[in-house]
Amino acid sequence: MKTLCVAAEAGRLDEVLSFIGSCLEGTQCSPKVQMQLDVAVEEMFVNIACYAYEGSSLPDEERNAWIEAGMIDTDGVPCVRVTLKDKGIPYDPLAKEDPDITLSAEDRKVGGLGIFMVKKSMDHVAYEYKEGMNVFTMEKKLS
Amino acid sequence: MLNIKKDQNGNALTIALEGRLDTTSAPELEAEVKAALEGVTELTFDINELQYISSAGLRVLLMAQKTMNKQGNMIVTGANEDIRDIFDVTGFTDILTIK
Repeated sequence: MKTLCVAAEAGRLDEVLSFIGSCLEGTQCSPKVQMQLDVAVEEMFVNIACYAYEGSSLPDEERNAWIEAGMIDTDGVPCVRVTLKDKGIPYDPLAKEDPDITLSAEDRKVGGLGIFMVKKSMDHVAYEYKEGMNVFTMEKKLS
Repeated sequence: MLNIKKDQNGNALTIALEGRLDTTSAPELEAEVKAALEGVTELTFDINELQYISSAGLRVLLMAQKTMNKQGNMIVTGANEDIRDIFDVTGFTDILTIK
């Protein structure tokens, strides 16, 4: 597993996605899976950047996000695991109710789509609050 | 990186997108769309060259669709298979007119 630590700011998104791309080099990751992973990491990182440290007493230099990525083996199938951590307020994104995707454009709310896309596109997602950190893990099989 | 090209013909406006529509680029597109829609009755998003869309991009399309529901029509053309999957999963296939 490789780890990247960046300030939890949406402006650092390109750096985060470059890191994910570098972790996938040399793997048999299809363009489709790469896009699904990029979208999932974007959604979760931007959530941290926008909300994790709202109201937190931590100084700016400690308002970071940690991203770990690497390959694991799940029942003989190669799988990418990405873990995002922050020291912000405890928040379980999986507890959020799914948006109603059958509503008309007029009745659609703009929020909640990101985490829903993550849940739908990844093979496994998990959240825990551990040692003062929010820890969100997602896994995607490569075949 | 997102390139935005606008082509206006009377009340018809085509907005062609090339690259990535994500958290970084969505605010620019939103501003461009808001500034361009007055008097437009036919809006087309040409996304043949769009490689990537996240929820931030979906929000801009939803905002444009809501505006166009009041003043005309909107269509989205050229979505690649991966982006179509995202429209399917999020229910956007039902609220957008995709050709």
